[in-house]
Amino acid sequence: MTAMLNIKDLRAYYGQVQALHGLSFALNEGSLTTLLGANGAGKTTTLRAICNMVRSTGAIEFEGKPLSGKSTENVVRLGIAHVPQGRGTFTTMTVEENLQLGAITRSDKKSIVADIERMYEHFPVLKERHTQQAGTLSGGEQQMLAVARALMLRPRLMLLDEPSFGLAPLIVRELFNILGKINREDKVTILVVEQNAQLALELADQAYVIETGRIVMSGNAKDIANNEDVRKSYLGY
Amino acid sequence: MELFTNQVLAGIATGAIYACMALAVVMIYQAIDHLNFAQGEMAMFSTFISWQLMQWGIPYWWAFLITLIISFAGGILIERLLFKPLAKAPVLTNVAGFIALYGIINSVAGLIWDFTIKQYPTPFGSSPFLGSQLISTHQAGMIGVTVLLLILLFLFFQYTRIGLAMRAAAALPESARLVGINTSWMIALGWGMASAIGAIAGILIAPVVFLEPNMMLGVLLYGFAAAVLGGLTSPLGAVVGGFLVGIFENLAGTYIPGVGNELKLPIALALIITVLVFKPAGLLGRPIVKRV
Repeated sequence: MTAMLNIKDLRAYYGQVQALHGLSFALNEGSLTTLLGANGAGKTTTLRAICNMVRSTGAIEFEGKPLSGKSTENVVRLGIAHVPQGRGTFTTMTVEENLQLGAITRSDKKSIVADIERMYEHFPVLKERHTQQAGTLSGGEQQMLAVARALMLRPRLMLLDEPSFGLAPLIVRELFNILGKINREDKVTILVVEQNAQLALELADQAYVIETGRIVMSGNAKDIANNEDVRKSYLGY
Repeated sequence: MELFTNQVLAGIATGAIYACMALAVVMIYQAIDHLNFAQGEMAMFSTFISWQLMQWGIPYWWAFLITLIISFAGGILIERLLFKPLAKAPVLTNVAGFIALYGIINSVAGLIWDFTIKQYPTPFGSSPFLGSQLISTHQAGMIGVTVLLLILLFLFFQYTRIGLAMRAAAALPESARLVGINTSWMIALGWGMASAIGAIAGILIAPVVFLEPNMMLGVLLYGFAAAVLGGLTSPLGAVVGGFLVGIFENLAGTYIPGVGNELKLPIALALIITVLVFKPAGLLGRPIVKRV
């Protein structure tokens, strides 16, 4: 398998504060990888650095092309969808407008319409509410909308920042099932950042553990889930 | 009663112009969170361009169209050259930029076309509209053109992809970038459109206030009042505010003793202050909450 995303020696800064200290990892095409770690470990920063939303140095390559120096929107246009923390929902617009915005870089009108229908099949609740303002949706529904909006890009790689945050356990499970399905059926490579390590390790096939801006552990998700030392020291369950 | 109807209709006519100016101000405010103090001067300059084109023998509506295109391009140019570099600068730096722009445009207009007051033609004529003494054909034309403009803008923002992208970029720039929208160009486009809308306002009001470099000062104040009244975060509010301010201005000038024509302008300022004290978000705006 070839690496789809290759990150080498990534360092990121907020003003004078360094948040990532030489992070390196790779994602295989078609994989579902999770990036775990405590609050403030640098998970969100890693995703933001991939999309050039934070000042960083080091090399990030996507399908062999370097991403450094590209604006956020141009990174997205390469086929990298990013579901940010807090979901980034356009709350004053309708559900359908949110989905159309996901496909704003595409010009194939017919298949956009078809894709919106496909999203409604994945997430029936969005169809019921397609004319409602997105801000009126519940947290879980907004997270579904955020994932659907990201898929409207027809991404090759999808980055998700704590999709389980603030959601009821049942909803989280439903969401993760859908992510697994998208990964298998639509062949979208997924990198999901999570604090809910237990659930994320069940879902993922690869896992990286990050602590204070460094990768401290990597490997097969099952092995990490079964390693009691790792679980106790880094994952807290 | 006839006086009242007459004043309300006249108020709607000038209110249409205030609505245009307020809309232009709100479009830029939504994009960059600053009030464009030079909006009126940009409109005045556009009006002079159209006047110059007509002096060269170009017919009214062609001059109108060419002026809109020049104004649109000019708005984009101003954003690229002056305000894009200031995007991350503090508020006061931006305010200084706007004031500089105000001064520069005003002086350059005076330099090219001098400060004497000029007549400006109207394509609608100024006879009674449909035989009624209540409103003139030019006033009816002002209302008609504005309503047409508002409908076109509504359709643009509601039903085109680029309109949707512009709304997204104004509402949540970061999320907009994450769906691949080039927010920087959306801002420039907003400037271009605001500039063209201002040009329409200037051209329509010029036959009433006459053409000279300071013609838009009062109009812009009313435009600000309208934007504040309707809510700086709401384009619809700005339009509603424009019409309300126009009507209010005329009625106050007619019925409040001692106000008359001379004291009309302070009414705009009083209105701004009253709204800011009692309902800072305006009629249709959202209160702005910032996390600190």
